[in-house]
Order: sequence, then structure tokens, then C-alpha cells
Amino acid sequence: MSAKLAEYIPIVGEGVVQELSVLGARLAGKTVVNVNSTRIGGGVAEILGRLIPLLGEVGINARWEVVEGTQDFFALTKHLHNALHGTPHTFTAEDRGVFDNTTARNLERLDLRGDIMFIHDPQPVGLIRKRAAIGGKWLWRCHIDLSAPAPGAWEFIEPMVRQYDLSVFSAPQFTRALAIPQVLISPSIDPLSDKNRELSRTEIEATLLRLGIRSDKPIVTQISRFDRLKDPLGVLEAWQLARPRVDCQLVLAGGGADDDPEGAEVLREVRDRAGNDMDVHILDLPPTSHLEINAIQSASAIVIQKSLREGFGLTVSEALWKSKPVIAGAAGGIPLQITHKYSGILTHTIEGTAFWIKQLLSEPEFARQLGRNGHNHVHANFLLTRHMRDYMLAFLLLEHPDADVIRL
Amino acid sequence: MNQTSIPASTTTASAEQAFEFCARLNLTLLTGRRARDLAEMAENLRSVPGSVIYHHTHHFLVQHQHLSPEPPNDFAYWVSNILLERRLGEELAAIDVMRFATIHDLRAALVRVIEANLERTREVRAAPLGQEFHFMRSVSFVLPTGVRAAGLRELRNALAYVSRSAISYHMFDARLRLERADNDFAAWIEGQLGEHALAEALRTIDPYTHTEEGLRRKMINLIDQRLGN
Repeated sequence: MSAKLAEYIPIVGEGVVQELSVLGARLAGKTVVNVNSTRIGGGVAEILGRLIPLLGEVGINARWEVVEGTQDFFALTKHLHNALHGTPHTFTAEDRGVFDNTTARNLERLDLRGDIMFIHDPQPVGLIRKRAAIGGKWLWRCHIDLSAPAPGAWEFIEPMVRQYDLSVFSAPQFTRALAIPQVLISPSIDPLSDKNRELSRTEIEATLLRLGIRSDKPIVTQISRFDRLKDPLGVLEAWQLARPRVDCQLVLAGGGADDDPEGAEVLREVRDRAGNDMDVHILDLPPTSHLEINAIQSASAIVIQKSLREGFGLTVSEALWKSKPVIAGAAGGIPLQITHKYSGILTHTIEGTAFWIKQLLSEPEFARQLGRNGHNHVHANFLLTRHMRDYMLAFLLLEHPDADVIRL
Repeated sequence: MNQTSIPASTTTASAEQAFEFCARLNLTLLTGRRARDLAEMAENLRSVPGSVIYHHTHHFLVQHQHLSPEPPNDFAYWVSNILLERRLGEELAAIDVMRFATIHDLRAALVRVIEANLERTREVRAAPLGQEFHFMRSVSFVLPTGVRAAGLRELRNALAYVSRSAISYHMFDARLRLERADNDFAAWIEGQLGEHALAEALRTIDPYTHTEEGLRRKMINLIDQRLGN
């Protein structure tokens, strides 16, 4: 159940919510058609599910369409996604055919009548080819790091991207030279969602009990898929290095091991490496475990996100929002969320991560200060209301593409 | 100094023209330009649009408002923390934005400081891969908030309530981006209410050394003194 705009007032203040209403009034009656590739699962769907009702509340007719495709299509777009991130892949004429045919079928079945087409990520990017017939302004939202794609990947989508009016990226280092304007809009967390709302002590303790985590020792946590790029083995090793000096538990919680053969393998390796240590809790959670993740993060003394590569890394914002000291790899969007030694700790090695686990557990006042600063930074920059505001500003920018100062 | 210069009084004039609070919301655009070293930084600084200079000298105030009073601008932060050129970083951080009436003048000052450094050093350090400076620009959207004040007490009460972006707009943008000589609060208090001492006190606040919440508190305190609160 998504929240009403008024419910955000105690968190962000009345002025911010009023600004959203004023912006909404400038866009009232416009139809914004969001198109992505899934209604459930993943950060994009999670954010759309919460943003669309809020946009509706301020008078924008925001709709959500989902492209459908065959297994071939989604296998291709998975390759495309990985290749845009740099994993080599050869794209054939047959791949092009699969992409174009799926796009054509979706152009027939989707209701794309509206003023602004808001197309998310590469799967639906080809819908632009009917732009002349459909009309409206077209906006492409890219959540991927496009700075170092494998050969052929960018060329696969570039002829489509260049036809858009505007593109939106999550971090400055994710972009590349484009013929169209690029807007920077960071993703966000929803402070009222089950994953981020404030939990009572009873709720937290009941959840920990259910998961078999004790509350008699400090908890060090990493929440992430069991993926090598999130380096769960490195986290385990860092914790093992730190533990002789500071008695603490380790929680590695995440999902993705069910439908991902590599994830299952990584999970097995982590379990083998941890052995029978009663202080290590390895939890393979279903994707709906929002309350569990919230409770674990809330109960933690330190949250780690030791990513080797990362998208934006919203789990960092989730932990900072709970005023937790975070130790994270300086990858992807993480440095936008953490200023080293001010609002968290950025590390580059297993040993460095171990060092900071010891330091922060031994210096709780410093750790608390990091958490406080981190919370303030998220409050100012990474909440859903800021995200909604930026999207509305981007919609308005479509009407004044060359202006520096726009009076509304 | 301000504390002794504003006489307290419970009665103040009413304005003929009410103060209309506007909010300023910025959207960040990526320009695709990057700098790897100081030479590229200087080259870009000379040619980027003014909205780029404005962005990198002002967005920190919004995004890191809790960090203030450091670091005041992105150029100084990058030079100090990525290029590890501490002296130049300090010089860039010390550029007093309040001294400049226009973005054009501020740009010239930034370029001057970097060029002087390039002349005195032979070694040009490059940023590590992935930590290049990305030039961005701000597009500002100015919108009426519907909040008005006809007198000093109303202004004080509204200041406690309006969003941070409204305070920023009237303090920062009015002066430097819109090239009005004064911040809007000082101009209105002087022009409409004839409160010279209070206007002067507000005029001499350096907003670049405060967080936005700190600014709000400072202005309310000054007005409270005048109102004898």
C-alpha cells in the first residue's frame, strides 16, 4: 500500500510537499506514460509503484505500461544489459530481429497515448521508432552505467537513444557523450515503505528471533544478492580478520540464489567458507523480505556494502537512513552517498574493511556521528519526494529545453 | 556586531508591497565535459556556460547543507581531495563569492587562481581513472510559494516555515544569478519597511559560510532582536 503525500510532511516538512503540489499544478492534466519491462521485482518497479500514485495525487495522469517479450527477447536484453556494463557479447542480425519484432508487437499492444513517454532502460527503448505516429515528448531513463560498454552494445541502442528529447542518468560517471541533453537524477528510497519505516524495538527483536540472530553481540551486516560483484566472500574474510579483536556477529542476507545459478554457487561457497561458526548468519531471503531487511539493518552496529562494481547502491542509502555507520566499496554511485570519514567509510580492500570494522566497534561515538551525518545526507538528497520533484522538473524542462532559469 | 546595532521595537512599519516568497528548485544537467587535470579544468572553466559555474559553486550548499562550512565549491573539493593539490584547493575554497556581483567575475577569479598555479608548478597531476571532474549545469525553476508577508512579524513567521529552497533563492540566486545588487530580504526590509539597521545586518550575512538551516536561524534571530522577542 503506497503512502499519501501528506504522510511525508512529518519527514520532509510542509514546504517540500507544498512545492510538489505547485509543480503538479503546472503539469496538471498531462498524461505521462511510463514503460518498463516488469511490474514486480527490481528497483525500477519498486520506485514506479510508489511514485505513480503520488504523481496522480498532484494531478498528473501517470500510467504504467510493461513491455512483453519472449524468452529470446529477455535473454537478449540480459546480454545487452551485461554488455552495456562491459561484459563482451556479440550481437547478431538475428538478435536485432528479435529486438525489433518484440518492439513491433509491443507497439501494437501498448496504450501509448499521452503527452510524455517515459521509457525506462534498454528493453523498451525501441518504442521511439513510432514517435511520429504517437506524438508527445520522449524521455529515456537509463539506470545502467554506460561509461565503458563492451564493443557493439552501445551501438545496438544508440540510434534509438538519439531520437529522444531527453535522457536521465543516476550518476555523472555513468554517462557518455550523447547527442541529446542528459539530466542527472539519483534514485531514492521511500522512508514510509516497509524496508525503511521506523520499526519498534518489539518488531525488530521478534524478527531477529525468528531469523535466529542473537541480540547479545554487535551485528555486522551486508544486505545484497549473493553475487561476486558484491564480494560476500570478501566481507566474510574481513569479518574473520576483525573478530579476534572485537566480538561480533556477521549477517549476510540477500536473495537471488533461486533463479541465478551463479548466485547459488556463491551462496554455497560462502556457507562452506563460514563453516559452523555460530556467529555467522547466512540468510537466503525471498524478494518480499522488506520487513526482515529493515529489522536486520536497524539492529546492526555496522552495515557493509563491499561492492566491487555497483549501480547506484541504494542499500547504502537504506542503511544511512537508519543512521547506521556504513563501510562501503568506493564503486558506482556509492561515493555520491558517502563522504569518507564524514558520512561513512569508503574502503578498497578486505584488510581496510577489517580495520574499519574494528575501529567503528571500538569507537561507538565516532560511528554514531558517521551515522548521523549519513542520515542527514540521505534526508536531503535520496528520499522519494526529491525523486518525484526531479521527475516533474524534467517533465517541465521538456517544454523549455534551452532555458537556464524557468519561471513557473 | 549585529547584536548591538539593531534597536528593538515592538512596532514596525507595514509594506506597500508584500514580500512574495518564491522557491527555487534546481535540476542538474550533465554537459558531457570532463577534466582530468588542472589544464583541462582551466580550459573548461573559460568556456563552459555560466550555469555550470553557478552549479559547482552552489549545489554543495543544497546537497551537503549539513556539511557547511566546508567544502564551499566542487572545484576546491576536487582539487584538494582527488588531485591532492592542497594549497590550490585551499585557494579555491577561499575565493569569497560575496565579493563578486556576477557569475562572469566569479569565473574569472577561478580561472586566475588555477592559471597562477599552473604557471608556478611544472608537474600536472592527473585524476585517477573514474574520478575525473564532471562539469554539470543547473537549470533553475522559480515558482511562487503563495506565502506572503506584509510586515516584519509576518516575514519572521514565514521564514520559520518556508522551504530551504525559498531561503536559498532569495539569498543566493537573487544576488549572483539574477544580478540584483542585494539579497531580496535586505532589499525589501530597507525599501518597504525603512529598516536600515536590520537591512544592513541581513546584507552583511555571508550565506556561503552557513548551512541553509543556519541561515534561517540567523535571520530569524536578527528579526527577533528588532521585534524585541
